[in-house]
Amino acid sequence: MSTAELVIPAPREIVTEPRRSDKVFRGVVTGGGLSSLAILGLIAIFLGYRGFEVLRQEGIGFITHSEWSISTDDAGNVLDSHFGLAAMLVGTILCSLIAVVIAVPISVFSALFLNFYAPGWLKKILITIIDLMAAFPSILFGIWGFLVLMPSVEYWAKLLHRYLGFIPIFDMQVPVYTRSPFVAGVVLSIMIIPIITSVSREIFSQAPLDRIQAAYALGATRWAMIKAVVIPHGRSGVIGGAMLGLGRAMGETVAVFTVLNIVFQVNWQMLLGAGGNVASLIILKFGDASPYEIKALMAAGLILFLLTLIVNAIANLIVKTTGKSGR
Amino acid sequence: MTMTATPTRPWAASPKDRAIDGAIFIGSLLSSYLLVFLTPLKGKLAYFVCFFIAYAIFTTAFKGIQRGNAAAKDALVNSLVAIGAIVTVIPAASILATVLQKGLPGISFRLFTTDMALATPTDPLSNGGLLHAITGTLTLMVLALVMSVPIGILTALYLTEIKGRFTGPIRFLVQAMSGVPSIVAGLFILSAILYPITKGYSGFMGALSLTILMIPTIARTSEEVLNLIPNDLREAGTALGGTQLRTVAMIVLPAARSGLVTAVILGVARIAGETAPILLLTGGGDKVNPNAFTGPMGSLPYYIWKSFNAGSPEAITRAWAGLLVLVGLVLILFTSARFLGSRKVSK
Repeated sequence: MSTAELVIPAPREIVTEPRRSDKVFRGVVTGGGLSSLAILGLIAIFLGYRGFEVLRQEGIGFITHSEWSISTDDAGNVLDSHFGLAAMLVGTILCSLIAVVIAVPISVFSALFLNFYAPGWLKKILITIIDLMAAFPSILFGIWGFLVLMPSVEYWAKLLHRYLGFIPIFDMQVPVYTRSPFVAGVVLSIMIIPIITSVSREIFSQAPLDRIQAAYALGATRWAMIKAVVIPHGRSGVIGGAMLGLGRAMGETVAVFTVLNIVFQVNWQMLLGAGGNVASLIILKFGDASPYEIKALMAAGLILFLLTLIVNAIANLIVKTTGKSGR
Repeated sequence: MTMTATPTRPWAASPKDRAIDGAIFIGSLLSSYLLVFLTPLKGKLAYFVCFFIAYAIFTTAFKGIQRGNAAAKDALVNSLVAIGAIVTVIPAASILATVLQKGLPGISFRLFTTDMALATPTDPLSNGGLLHAITGTLTLMVLALVMSVPIGILTALYLTEIKGRFTGPIRFLVQAMSGVPSIVAGLFILSAILYPITKGYSGFMGALSLTILMIPTIARTSEEVLNLIPNDLREAGTALGGTQLRTVAMIVLPAARSGLVTAVILGVARIAGETAPILLLTGGGDKVNPNAFTGPMGSLPYYIWKSFNAGSPEAITRAWAGLLVLVGLVLILFTSARFLGSRKVSK
């Protein structure tokens, strides 16, 4: 018969300092969180480090000249080299601008349709299809664009040239329509329509409901309501979405490579079958590049990285600020 | 005698309205045929374009006459948004139809049991298959998963659970990272690891570059999911005396389980068909290579790319068959993500 002893545990000291397990936990999670910073920093550092030699040799000419040549002797020593990205940069910007100009109106209309016109069941189906399109691999768009879409787009290009040829951008001297920046732009526009549509849809759906209903109560038609409430609310969000699409279009590699003829000459004529693209240049030259040329490709990659980073940063800032102001 | 008031629905379409709508539809259909018949325009697309233009003009004109200017504009926008939605969906339908139509002839049982070690892309279809590509893609996926899931989920946890000093910058950087072109990710691994350290193509190098592309997708989707977990759960965990580690590990993460799985699947779908870094880093072998760390490794995108560039009819059929398998894979991943995502927070 033992006496039941009442054991009262000693009260734990109340502290504001987290325990060791929590400190470790917070440390690990913060470390994981900072990995994105580390990766982005490392990308810039390593590409800059590898491309430094070429960048120093070419100077500002790396983005203002458009010649890309290298000659080596039998031992593989570099005799003479000229690396310039001007034609590729112009081509990249041209293709992605065409893509955005085509994609934005279509995306805005379909986002409006999804939010304010489509019945519930149709909306669900369409959103699934659009999300699925965003998940299609780019090589699929590339090969489909080359084998299925390109013949039709060439025909449209001929129509544009024939009837709108007096506008300088549709003008061309040599009738070569195959693999032009226009074709690449159309393929890219199909790739970025899902992105711009879903961003615009998100922004439009945040349009204040009370004002929408107020507009209807005042007897507005659907379009009058959209013009008075939704468009002012979502305008900058759509611009942000368009820039996200622009960033995506600039970095696209395989889809552009299959449908674009790469020529090292600055060409602003969108219907002419001679274009340029930084990402495609890397794929094109990588296969049989000498070590020194690889360095030039690294430098090209750095330029592309910085370009897309800036475009994306601006786009995200715009989208974020609109999202907040709507509430 | 009782009277029941029947609700009137003045906004519902009357038979007359329906008849007019039908007439406009048929009218624009007819005029599209006429236009294609009378002008040099030709092709299926011409019918579509003419039909939509005619429909838009007819409805606009009719509404304008019936109800005035505002109604006319409304009708015009009505047809424009419908055109926008249809134009958005047509490419998806065309892509799926083409892949099915051109890929199916190349699909056979042999395709999944042999590799291309003894065949070239231009050989008849009875030679070789894409076993090496499927195993390679699966290996790449698993490796990329193992590396990106911890980092992605830790990033999401930092953004939702810790909310420290760096929350704003990290959210911004993750979004910036999702815009990194895939080729740049490939070049980065090439310059930072392949040239200075391993000096040889391998599947692991490809998986590293895919990891970079996958982290932002996982992190952003997981963040959304974790934000949906009610704060009550976290407070309950703390009230029971749990440390933050135990609250997160035993309450928050299990509650978000299915959503996190969705995030991971979406990440995998994002990288399944990624081609550019694969071309730079894996070397694209033609044989089944079970070792991801040495020797070139084939994968579906590489196989498709190689066959497509070989150019002969057999090779193109191979490319389409490969694309069909790849699209099937993406579809399976996407559908399972949808299915799991429809119940974001498990009970």
